Order: sequence, then structure tokens, then C-alpha cells
Amino acid sequence: MNRRAYLAARIAAEIIVPVALLAGWQLWTMHLDSQKFPRLSTILVEFKDIWLFSEFGTHVVPSLERIGLGFAIAVAAGIALGIPLGLSRWARLWTMPHIEYWRAMPPPALLPISIVLLHSIGNVQKVSFIAFFCLFPILLNTIDGVRGIDPTFVDTARSYGLGTLERIRRVVLPAALPQIVAGMRNSLSLAVIMMVLSEYFSSTSGVGYVLLISKNTFDFGPMWAAILLIGVLGYLLNLLFVLAERRLLAWHRGWRATAPV
Amino acid sequence: MRLRLNRLTEALVFALSIAAALAFWEVISRTGVISQKDLPSMSTTFRELWSLVQTGGFWVAYVQTVRGWALGLGVAAVLAIPIGILLGSSDFAASAFRVPIEFLRPIPSAALIPVLFLTLGTTLKSEIFLAAFGAFWPLLVQTMYGVRDVDPVALDTARSFGVGRVERLYRIKLPSAVPYIATGMRIASGVSLILAFTAELFMGNPGLGQKVNFAQSFGLENQLYAYALATGFLGLAIHLFSTAAERRALRWHPSQRLGAA
Repeated sequence: MNRRAYLAARIAAEIIVPVALLAGWQLWTMHLDSQKFPRLSTILVEFKDIWLFSEFGTHVVPSLERIGLGFAIAVAAGIALGIPLGLSRWARLWTMPHIEYWRAMPPPALLPISIVLLHSIGNVQKVSFIAFFCLFPILLNTIDGVRGIDPTFVDTARSYGLGTLERIRRVVLPAALPQIVAGMRNSLSLAVIMMVLSEYFSSTSGVGYVLLISKNTFDFGPMWAAILLIGVLGYLLNLLFVLAERRLLAWHRGWRATAPV
Repeated sequence: MRLRLNRLTEALVFALSIAAALAFWEVISRTGVISQKDLPSMSTTFRELWSLVQTGGFWVAYVQTVRGWALGLGVAAVLAIPIGILLGSSDFAASAFRVPIEFLRPIPSAALIPVLFLTLGTTLKSEIFLAAFGAFWPLLVQTMYGVRDVDPVALDTARSFGVGRVERLYRIKLPSAVPYIATGMRIASGVSLILAFTAELFMGNPGLGQKVNFAQSFGLENQLYAYALATGFLGLAIHLFSTAAERRALRWHPSQRLGAA
């Protein structure tokens, strides 16, 4: 097989396989004819009826708000704490035992505690829960990123008389940024999971809430539509982040491409 | 300006830092900054944990959660590593399944809880399925990257020495993918524990998650905190274990050797 035919076959496979999988799903659910597994076409119709866009404002917007707020708090706190911890060995010695314990804690174990502690099943509890667990990937990556900076950079900045804050803003932060952004990406997909978990536990609105209610009322069409929505949300948020990352780190890529290895 | 610290100082700081945190916990609860109803004091919680540890039920739950974690991780490894090797060594297969993988990967496994609830119910199978589904993706992606990252010179050398396809796979591709697989296993191990616990908390599968759920439903705050504390220790133990296992698996690897470029 020559090269062009091979490439054409690859592209064809890239299109045919997903289509075949979807067709398989449709045929399988038609054959099954079960209430629990509605046809793919039924799910898609439900999806359109519920989420585009009649219930979008009542349930998707609150969920997105929680993800956005929780993620933003985690980013701010992760960088603000990570930089001093990355720079100071003493600070690390004092805090690492605690960071290691909390980052290893399975998040759902703190779900009931967050409700008891914060007296809330609303945004305060949901956002705090999301922010707390999204903090760790960003915090740990910031610490690692700051620690990995070439000391020459920092020393050069110092010998040019840059103050501490200026040094952090001009040298430390940009140098650690690629790694911080990698942590942020992990955190964002974590945020979606934390959103679903927190809304699935006790809540009055949100995508996770719809998922729970439709399961409890044996409303299988909307249940599958909600699962599909969560998948689409996770996919789109990740896609948006990758696009933003490309812009944010364009200078880094360019620098890497021209720098002698 | 790097301070020279010997091991003794490090151990001392470690102990002091934990003692300080525990004392802080005791003080904010005892003085009523956070009421003892919402946050039982440190001494109360540890006393509760101590009395729980002496019961058989605690250890049964502990072992059940560990079993969910281990089986979930095992099933994920058995599926993800061979599939990852296959997709990693064939460009054709990789592009055929690129779109489905990109879509399925970001779906939070938590969204599958209702489906599992309605199909497999509260069984060990559903717990393993959930844990394995979550652990599968990071491991699959790592394995694919690892196999693709093989040194082309090594591969060509082997080919020119007449080494066959199968032998090339396990003599060259697999060893060079091991660091990636090891990292994937570490990530997957954490995910598997979280999802085993999630299945217990949300679906009532027996284990620590179920205990936490009961403690919350019956308003037993002391037990709730004691079980969460124990879950954190389990998380920490599994994290330390998988980090150590990763390091051990990589002992032979150049990245772990002293003086490697």
C-alpha cells in the first residue's frame, strides 16, 4: 500500500470508527428495547429539549458558576501559596506534611463534613469543596515549577537590583508558568468531577442535581441526557482551556523553539 | 543562600508542624471558634477513632475499600496497558480511536453512578466497574505516550539486527514505556481509590464510604470525622505506596541513575 492510500485510509478510519460506534449504540439500544437504555436518538432528542436551552439557565448556569468560582479561587490560592513555598525550603518543611495528607484524601470523604462545617448545601459549600480539591494540582505544580527555575535567572535579576516582588513578577512567575498551567488543566477537569459529586450529594440545582432526581424518579431519558451533558461540558471546558493555554504560552513555545538545546 | 539542615532538624520540624496543626484543631474547637457540634475537637476525634479501631466492623470496612481500590486498579491495568500498547504502536489504530477516546476521557466517572445503580446495583461489580473506568483513562493515555516515545534509533538498530516484531515489542518498546506506565499506575491508583470510595458513599456499597454516609445520616459527627480521618490515612498510605512502587519500577532507568544527562 502506498503512502497516500495509507493516509487516506487513516483519515477514513478516524471518521468511520466514531460513526460506527454511535451507530452501534443506536442499534444496540433499539435491539435491547429497554427503558433503562433508551435509544441514542431518544437521548439526543431529550438533550435538545432539556438543555438547548429551556433548562440551561436553571441548572447549567449554576453548575458553571460553581466550577468557575471554585476554579478561580483555587488558581489564585494555588499560585499565591505555591510561589513562597517554592522559594523557601523552610516553608516547605513546615507545610509539606499537611499538603501531602490533604492531597491524598479522597474528596468524597469530605463531602458530608463540608456540609456540617459550613452549614450550607448551597454555593458556599459547593464552591469551597470544588476550590479545596482543585487547589492541590495547582499548588504542587507551582511549587515544582518555582523550584525548577534555573538559579541563574534569579541571580541575574538580583544582580540587576530587582526587588523581591519585582523578581517574582518578572522572573519567577513567567518561568514557572508552563508548569502552573499544566496544573491548572488538571484542576479544571477535577472541577467538573467535584461539581458533579457535590451536586449529587445534596443540592437544589445544577446538572448533578438533575442527574440524581431523574435517576430517583426513573426518568431514564433525562438521566442519559444529563450524563451526555456532563460529558460535553467536560470536553468543551478542556477544549477551551487548551485554546487559552496556546495563547497564554505562545511566547514560551516561541522561545523554546528558538533557544539552542 | 541555602540553609544546611540535617536530618534531625528535618524530623523535628516535621513533628512540630504536625503537633502544631493538631493543637490548632484542638484550640479552635475547644474555644468555640467553630462549635464542637460542627467540628469535634482533635482529642475527641482521635478517641473516637481509637474506639472504632478496636471494633471488627471498622477493619471489615477498611478491607472492603482496599479491595475495591485494588480490584479496580487491577482491572484497569489489565485492560489499559495492552490496549495502550496496541494503540501506541499502530498509527492507524491510534487515529481510528482518537475521537472516541478524546470524548470519553473527560467524562467524569461520577456521572455513571446512576447507570450503575440501575444496572449492577449495590454490588462489588459496580464498585469495581466505577473504579476501573476512572483508572483506565490516565493509564491508557500514559501507555500510549510511552510506547510512542520509544527511541527510533534503538528500534531501527534492532530491526537491522533482524529482531522480529514481537521481540522488538517486549525488548525495546515495552521497557522504554515502563516509566510512563509507572507514572500512569500512580495516577490511576489515586483515581481508583477515590472512585471506590465514591461508590460506597453514593451507592451504599459496603466500605468506609458507606460508614461515612451512615455517620452523616444519623448525625454522629464524632464518627463522621473519625472515618474521614481514617480515609485520609488510607489515601496517604496508598499514595506513599504507589510513589515508592513507581520509584522501584524505575530503578534501572537512566532518569534515576546518578549523573545521567
